[in-house]
This record gives sequence, structure tokens and C-alpha cells, in this order.
Amino acid sequence: MKEWGYSILKGRQIDFENNDFSISRFVELHEPSFSWCIGCGSCTATCSAAKFTDFNPRKVNLLIQRGEIKGIEDEIAKCMLCGKCQLVCPRGINTRNVVQNIKRAISKSYAL
Amino acid sequence: MHFNLFVIPFMAGMIALLILLAFRYSQWLSNLETGDWRKIGSNLFTLKTIYAFREIFMESLIHRKVFKVNPLLGYMHMSLAFGWFMLIVVGKFEAFYYTGKFANEFYYPIFFRFFEQTPHLSTTLLNFNASMDLILLVVLSGIVVAILKRFRPGMTGMKKITRHSVGDRLALSSLWMIFPLRLLAESTTAGFTGNGSFLTQPIGNFLNIFLPLQSISMVFWWMYSLALGAFMVSIPFSRYMHIPTELLLILLRNWGLKTNDNFTGFSEIEVQSCSRCGICIDTCQMNSQGKNATTQMVYFLRDYRYDQLKPDLSDNCLLCGRCTQACPVGIDLTQQRVLQRKKMTFPQSAQFKYLPVNQDIDKTEVVYFAGCMSHLSPNISLSMEKIFKADSVKYLFMDRDGSVCCGRPLKLSGQFEAAKQLVENNRQQIIASGAKTLVTSCPICYKSFKEDYNLKIRVLHHSEYLPELISQKKIKVLPTGKQVVFHDPCELGRGSGIYEQPRNLLKKFTDLRPLSQEKSDSLCCGGSLGNLSMDTEERCAIQKATADYLNSGNPEFIATSCPMCKKSIGQFSVAPVKDIAELVAANLVKIGQENHKLLKYRKLQDAMDIQ
Amino acid sequence: MSENKQHIIIIGGGPAGLEAASKLGSAGYRVTLFEKEEQTGGKLRTWYKLYPGFRLAEEVQDFLANEIKINVPEIFSNAEVVNIIPDNKYHTVVLADGRSFIADAVLIATGFELFKGEKKEEYGYRIYDNVITSADLEKKLRLGQPLTTANGQTPARIGLIHCVGSRDKKVGNVYCSRLCCITGVKQAIEIKHHLPKAEVFNFYMDMRMFGQNFEELYIEAQQKWGITFIRGRVSEVAENIDGSLQLKAEDTLSGRPIKMNFDLVVLLVGMVPADRTEAIGKSANLGFTSGSFLASADAQIKPNETNTPGIFVTGTCKEPLSVGETLSDARSAAVRIISWLREKREIN
Ligand SMILES: Cc1cc2nc3c(=O)[nH]c(=O)nc-3n(C[C@H](O)[C@H](O)[C@H](O)COP(=O)(O)OP(=O)(O)OC[C@H]3O[C@@H](n4cnc5c(N)ncnc54)[C@H](O)[C@@H]3O)c2cc1C
Ligand code: SF4
Ligand code: SF4
Ligand code: SF4
Ligand code: SF4
Ligand code: SF4
Repeated sequence: MKEWGYSILKGRQIDFENNDFSISRFVELHEPSFSWCIGCGSCTATCSAAKFTDFNPRKVNLLIQRGEIKGIEDEIAKCMLCGKCQLVCPRGINTRNVVQNIKRAISKSYAL
Repeated sequence: MHFNLFVIPFMAGMIALLILLAFRYSQWLSNLETGDWRKIGSNLFTLKTIYAFREIFMESLIHRKVFKVNPLLGYMHMSLAFGWFMLIVVGKFEAFYYTGKFANEFYYPIFFRFFEQTPHLSTTLLNFNASMDLILLVVLSGIVVAILKRFRPGMTGMKKITRHSVGDRLALSSLWMIFPLRLLAESTTAGFTGNGSFLTQPIGNFLNIFLPLQSISMVFWWMYSLALGAFMVSIPFSRYMHIPTELLLILLRNWGLKTNDNFTGFSEIEVQSCSRCGICIDTCQMNSQGKNATTQMVYFLRDYRYDQLKPDLSDNCLLCGRCTQACPVGIDLTQQRVLQRKKMTFPQSAQFKYLPVNQDIDKTEVVYFAGCMSHLSPNISLSMEKIFKADSVKYLFMDRDGSVCCGRPLKLSGQFEAAKQLVENNRQQIIASGAKTLVTSCPICYKSFKEDYNLKIRVLHHSEYLPELISQKKIKVLPTGKQVVFHDPCELGRGSGIYEQPRNLLKKFTDLRPLSQEKSDSLCCGGSLGNLSMDTEERCAIQKATADYLNSGNPEFIATSCPMCKKSIGQFSVAPVKDIAELVAANLVKIGQENHKLLKYRKLQDAMDIQ
Repeated sequence: MSENKQHIIIIGGGPAGLEAASKLGSAGYRVTLFEKEEQTGGKLRTWYKLYPGFRLAEEVQDFLANEIKINVPEIFSNAEVVNIIPDNKYHTVVLADGRSFIADAVLIATGFELFKGEKKEEYGYRIYDNVITSADLEKKLRLGQPLTTANGQTPARIGLIHCVGSRDKKVGNVYCSRLCCITGVKQAIEIKHHLPKAEVFNFYMDMRMFGQNFEELYIEAQQKWGITFIRGRVSEVAENIDGSLQLKAEDTLSGRPIKMNFDLVVLLVGMVPADRTEAIGKSANLGFTSGSFLASADAQIKPNETNTPGIFVTGTCKEPLSVGETLSDARSAAVRIISWLREKREIN
């Protein structure tokens, strides 16, 4: 299993001061529930895509919130938008809209 | 030759309108698909055209559907549309009768009382005169209702009136002015010439007492003509564009045109036909239960028309189809929403290279696809397996260890291309299984399999499959006598037209009770995947309201046939919510054992209480 | 003399109701207690050992019963209260059988109910035989039944799932039930008491060890009993062909999904207000918390008062509490009722 989010970074530290929060800000603006996650992991546990590949929606969201956005494009593309994660999320996060808005932010079809 | 300078504003407006309409229409029609033209060609000279005209008369003039929803609102629309139409038609005949010529100047019948100021003597003409006054009175009464509605929207049943743009305001105020001005113009003229009838003449006589009518009346004719001209010009820039467009829509629809997976000229015509009656606002549960009145179809279409549509608004809709069902114009609203989402989708989208390619699949008779959501309501697929086993059919539970999504959620979010990748993956597996029948428990998957998979085998939702097993005597269920209501899932009912099969099934072994809002009228459970952005609290409000509604008659069970509906309603329901598959499985008897086991089973059921 | 006594009605004969009854009785008031069940004692009647010290729940029951013997209130059992009609001078309490009683003050102590595990269908309660709730486990232990799977086998691996029906917006309960974490630790250890060879795993979102000796018990669970705590909320439970269960979660600390087999799964179901509480509260114009518990007039300085004068609340009908906390709260309610009745008498 690829340790996405760690191995591809220069250092191991999250360089909070110099990281890129543009995606995070965009997503939070359009889907405020984005930042309510308490990291319980049920989304990843139930995720349809995670059954076939090393996709971890909890981690993707968290890393974006920390400004760690390298490689994010290929990761988020794995989501099938099936909605299981949304059904189990105890915080009532609109996980599908989070995915959708991350994609929007990346594609830069809208002003960030 | 009848002419006066004041007719110029009217004629200018009229000509401008015709040019603009011709321009717009040709644009839309040029965007029709080739197949559409073929359909028009083959249906043009058939009865369908006659039906279309009947529909135009019933809907565009009489507004039958609006009447059904709300009689006062219907009267308002009818008195304006039909009244105005009659003013034109009767006016035309009046002019015809008077001059003996059918062809007159275009504006002549409209300003008839200006051009013909000598009082009439013949009874026919007097009757014409009185009819014109009567129709004017009817139209004016419609205007009064419209004005009241604008200021007291509750009266006509609409909880919230639709928001208006500048073009709308111009059109609306000129429309409101047209008929009062016509009344004043005709009355003031009648006051000094005596050419009025029971409405205009007394008003004219009264005004004549203290006003110099001869000079004043000219002012009103000018204003009347100006108001008409202003209205005509503003039509293409306002909601009233729906009037001429709807006529075209009705014709094309009767000739078999539809909005499919592409946004065509026909789709554009549909969009432009929305009259902003606001019926879709009231019927939408996001408004009535979720207290959100900003994102309904009327706003969605308005924003699209003004080129201001944002994803946040477009994404915020359950796609439940309640508005589509209620829309008096018959626009395929949910499809419109999906197509706009498709337009706004991002270039970079989804990649499913990781999916396994078609491993060895056991050959089988029936493929069962539970669907993603069923994995979170496991008793549904367990029940289906129990039933398959009772029938001893050879089946394959295709997504036992978790699904590759059917693709519909992606499609509903506008990502058609990404959805196709999932469709292809599942399709290969289904074909490889060699099955003749595909059964699914999820109405979302069902719709996808039916419409997007192009499968050559039978595709059934379990609410079609189970009654078939029973009528073929392959399985047998014990009557329970329990009082049950059935909740129609949106994608199964309104989406796929399956209303009777689950009901007939339930009637076989339960005491099925009717609901006041069911079948095409049924409520949405609130859980729909169609909505990407609605917040959880709003969702819960809808789920709870729907659960409360279904519980209102204190049924022993609430039956449905969708894992999502089960979950949404189940969280807030007093009575247990069961999928029909669960009810069938719980009351299954082995063929041949039914008689002597019946009593025993009954007792067991009661003891278990649950089901 | 006795006619002049002010009258207090207590609704609910659990630990909260009983403790308040004895304290008010000893202060010389006339006390009537309505209990909807055959017997008083509330949930204590079915619990086995109590955290943090593993004393028998029975002992607390005995303590309460003894207190009541000294200051005998009028107790009506099988008497379910359905609503209260509040008034300026006296409040009327109405029973399900139609009888009604008046009192100077009413204390609501209707306690809690357990969240219905079957509402989270993905966990399979009442679908899979080997999924039980924490309350089922308490009952089993109290009745001395052996800890086995549905088909009588000794389970080799047992999982406990935290936060079932609590901290979950999807079921409308956003609050934390406070006691299920420590109950989970208690029960994990008890399982080890009975089955020293079994492997026990707790799946949690956060370990909320707030009370006296709670953290110590958590440490004991790890160090002495070898219980494993996995940080990840379970998303679903599935049944294997042999009746064992497969559990799916994310092991969030390693960042990877985890799939495990279990012989028995215990759901640590949360607390919700007792059935009639909402109706009773509404009839008396009381406020509610986000979880539909009865709201105190003020969390700090008026914990037992409500916004209707003369109507008081105590115990788990207002928030999730442990037994010790419940008893303290009942005493606090008794003290406040006494002072309030004095003020009332002086005004009259
Ligand atoms: C699984 C589990 C394990 C626990 N283990 C421990 C432990 O080890 N240690 C510990 O300190 N705490 C424990 N607790 C907490 C403990 O159960 C509570 O603190 C305690 O029961 C609260 O008492 P109560 O009187 O407020 O409510 P309850 O015990 O619920 O009593 C309420 C009473 O009111 C009655 N009643 C309800 N409605 C009406 C009505 N309308 N009319 C008349 N009567 C009514 C009920 O029948 C009941 O007898 C545990 C809780 C759970 C869920
Ligand atoms: S919607 Fe995407 S992230 Fe959520 S469970 Fe489905 S595949 Fe996973
Ligand atoms: S289920 Fe919700 S709260 Fe839990 S990790 Fe996923 S997004 Fe966060
Ligand atoms: S979409 Fe249909 S229902 Fe809604 S305002 Fe337009 S015409 Fe009326
Ligand atoms: S499809 Fe349903 S949710 Fe969407 S606007 Fe229409 S009624 Fe409202
Ligand atoms: S006490 Fe623990 S298990 Fe119970 S709700 Fe709170 S965090 Fe969850």
C-alpha cells in the first residue's frame, strides 16, 4: 500500500506556514461541512472505491485542510460518488459535495 | 385607410416582437437533433397535430392544469389569456362585420372604437359592442386577482411568489396597464361619442360631467398603444416569453420530441416555456419541509435564462421529480437540472483504472445486484437471498463483497463520461455471467440498468420480480393481516412508473391501506442522492416530516422498496419500516407445507412480533 | 397536622426518584412516587456490576430500598404518568389509567431508555444472532448466563462498538451519552473476568474517561487485561456463513481500512429520554435539550429547576449520568424543592 501523503512530500513535516490552502478555502466556501470532520474513519471503512484501491477519503480531506495538495488530483478521481460515506458519516458531512468541490477547485473552472 | 399616429408604438412593438421571435425560434429549431426533424416530418400530418391544438387550447388559453391545482390562480390565468384571446378574435369579427371585409389594417380591430365613433344601431353590432365590454370586464377581473396575488400571495395558494427581473417588471407593469388604459380610452371616447356599451358608456358619461373628454381621450389612446408596444417589446426579455414558446413546445411534444441526455433546441424551448407560475415552489419538500425557497426549478430556470446559473444552486435539488409531476407546462424539470449539471461539469473528472476487469464469473440464471445502499440495510439482500434459495433458482450475488457503483450517482451529478466507465465495468460482468435476468433491490441502480446499460436481458427491480415468483407459484407467502402503507421510492415510482406491482404484492398478504399522497403524488424520503449540497439538518427535516406523514394513520408497518427510503424514514419512524423483500422473506412458506403449518407459523410471527 | 403537609409527587422510581423520595420524606413532606413498572429500582434492576469499582448493582438497590423503608413514601407501581397540568398553585399529575393527583411540587425522574440498536441496521442488531447490546450483556451477566455465541460456543474474539446511536447526526442524536465509553471498558474487563482467553477489542471515536478512576480503569484494561482499543468508528457488520461476524472500520491511526472477524459483537448503545418524557415535558411547558432531554433552567445555578415554577427535574431524564452522579443530583433536587416549598408557604 502506497503511503500517499507522506512519501511524496519533501519532508515529513506539514509545513503549515508555506502550504497551499486555496483548495481548502474554496471547498469550505461552497461546502462548509468540509471542515467538520472528526476523523472517525467510517467513510473510509465503507467506501466503495477503497475496496479496490488505496483510496482514503478521510485522509484526502484532512490533508487538503492541512494544505497538503500534491497528488490530490489523482486521488480524488477515484471516488465513484456512490454516497455510502455520506450515509454513515456521524457528523452529517456532505462528503459527496466535498468531493465535487475539490474537483471543481482543482479544475480551476471557477475562481478560487 | 384608417390611420392615426398613436398606432405607431403598438405596431413598432409588434414588428419588433415578431422579428425577435423569428430570430429566437430559428436559433432553437436549428439546434434540434436530426432525429427530431424526422419525428416532426412523420407526425406533422397526423392526428397528433390536432391533439396538439386541442392541448394548446386547454392549457395555454383555459389553463386547465392550473385550475386543478388552484381554482383562483386558474381563473386569473384563464381570464387574462382566454379573455385577451377573445378580445382579439371577437374584435376581428366585429371589424369584419362592420366593414364587410376580412382583411383590414392589422391594428384596426384593436383600436376599433377609436376609428368607428358613430354609435351603432344594428342589434348585431350592439351585441358585438356588449360582448367586447363583457370580455374586457373579465380580463380586468383577472388583473385585479393578479395584483392581489402580487401583494397577498397566500390568497392564490402560492406560499412564495417568484422573484422578478427588470424585464419582468417592465412587462408586468405594462401588462397591468394595458387593460385599464383600454377601458379608459374606450370610456372617454364613449363619453363624447356614445359608441360604448354597458361598461364603457356609463363610465364615459360620468367622466363627461367634469372632464373635457374629447382632448383627454387621445391621451389615453396613446398610452394604451404605448403600453401594448412596451409589453410586446419586453416579452422576449421577460417571463412572458413563455406564452409564444409554450405553443411551440406543445406542438413539438405532440410530435414526439423529448429531452434526452443532450441539451438540444427542444430543451431550450422547454426552459423558455416556464410561466413562473410558482407551482413547483409549493410542491417542493425542500420548501414545504426544509424551509428552503431559493433553489426550486423556477429559480433554477430563471438563473439559466439569465445566464447566472451557479453550481451551488444547480446541485441543491433532490431530483425527486415532484415538481416535474406538478408543472402545468409539462417541462421535464429533473432532466433539465441534470443536463445543466452536465454542462457545468469539470474537465478533469474521474478515473477508475483500478477496477478489476472481468474475472472468471460463474455462469448463472439470475444475477442479483443489491446496490451500494443495500449494503447499509443488509436485511434487504439477506431476504432476497432467502427468497432465491426458496425458489431454488441458480443466482449470483454480484456485489456480495461490495459494489462497483452502478454509475447513476455520477450521472445525476453531471459526470456522464465518468459514469460510463462504471457502466462498462458492470456491464461486462453481467454479460459474462450469462444470466437471463438481472434483479436489483435499488431503484437508483434499476433506472441505470434500464436506461444506460443497453442490456439484452430482462432487468427487474425486486418489486417486479417477487410478484412474478408468486404468480408463477414458485414461492408462497402467508397472509399476515397486518396493516401496511406503501411508500413509493422516487426513482421507482415517478422515475420508472412502477406503482402497481409492489401494491399488488402487498395486497396478497397484508392489509394495504391507501394514503392521500401516493403513487405519482408521493413524498420524497429526503435521502435522495440527487442532491449534492443540501445540509443534513434540512435533510433530516424532510425525512422526519415524511416519516410523520406515513405514520399518521398508525400503520403496523411502513413498506417500501428502496434501501435509501428505508434508512431515511426508518430513523424517524414510529412504525417499523420494511422493504417488501423483507416482508416477503419473513412470511415465506415452503410450497406444499402451507396448510398444516399455517397456524404454527402465525403464532411464531406473533411471538416474534418483529415482522 | 398531616393535612397541612405540603405534597410532592415524584415521577419515576429509579435511583433518582427513590433517592429524592427518601430525602424529601425525611424532611417531613408528604411524598407520592409513581413508577410505571411493577418494581422500583430503574435500570439498576438489570445491571450486574457497576463501574468504576465493580460493586454489585444489587447493593445500591438495597441501599435505596433501606432508605425508603425509613421514610416510607406512598408508592404506586404499575402507574405510568402521561402528563402534567401545570397551574399557579397546584400541579395535576395524570396517569395512563385516567386517575389524577394534585401536588405542590412535582419532580420528574423518568430516567432514560436505550437507543434502539436496530435503527442502525448496518450493525445488524436483531438481524445477526451474535450482535447484542450492552444492556443485553448486563442482563446475561446478572442472570448468571454463560457468555456464549448464539449456538452455544465460547467466543474467542469479542468486539465492542462505541457510540451506537450517540454522537450521530444521522439518527438525530448529536450529544455524547457519556457513560458508554466507561461501560465499554467495564464490560470489556468483565468479559475477561469470565473468559480470560478471549481477545477483546473496543472500537472508539474518542475515549471519554472523565470520571473518578475512569482513566485508571482504562489503563487497567490495557495493562492487566490486554484489551485492544482501535481508533475507528465501525461502518458496518456483516455475517459470515458460520455465523461469525465481519466488522469493517478504518484503523485511523494507521490510516488503513481494517476488516476483522468476531464471534460476538456488543453495541454500546446510547441513552435517549424515556418514552413518555417528551409528552410530559410538553404538557408542563418545559424546555428540551438538543437530544430531547428535559432542560434545566440553568446549567450552573439552577440544575434541577425548570422554566415552570414548582416542576423540577433530576437524574437521567435531563442528561446522561452515572449512578453516583444521579444520586447526588437527586439530593440536590430535594434540597432545592425544600427551599422552594418554604418560600411558597411563606408567601401564602
Ligand atoms: C448499559 C449501561 C450500563 C450502566 N452501568 C453503570 C455502572 O456500571 N455504573 C454507574 O454508575 N452507572 C451505570 N449506568 C448508568 C445508570 O444506569 C444510570 O445512572 C441510572 O440508571 C439513572 O437512574 P435514573 O433514575 O435517572 O433513571 P432510570 O434508572 O432509567 O429510572 C427511571 C425510572 O422511571 C420510571 N419511569 C419512566 N417513565 C415513567 C413514567 N412516565 N411514569 C412512571 N414511571 C416512569 C422507569 O420505569 C424507571 O424505573 C449504566 C447505564 C447503561 C446504559
Ligand atoms: S462517494 Fe466516493 S468516497 Fe464516498 S463511499 Fe462512495 S466512492 Fe467512497
Ligand atoms: S465519516 Fe465523516 S466524520 Fe468520519 S472521517 Fe468520514 S467525513 Fe470525517
Ligand atoms: S417550472 Fe413549471 S411549475 Fe415551475 S414555475 Fe415553471 S411552469 Fe410553473
Ligand atoms: S425535483 Fe424535488 S427537490 Fe428538486 S426542485 Fe423539484 S420538487 Fe424540489
Ligand atoms: S461516552 Fe463514549 S461511546 Fe458513549 S457517546 Fe460518548 S464518546 Fe461515544
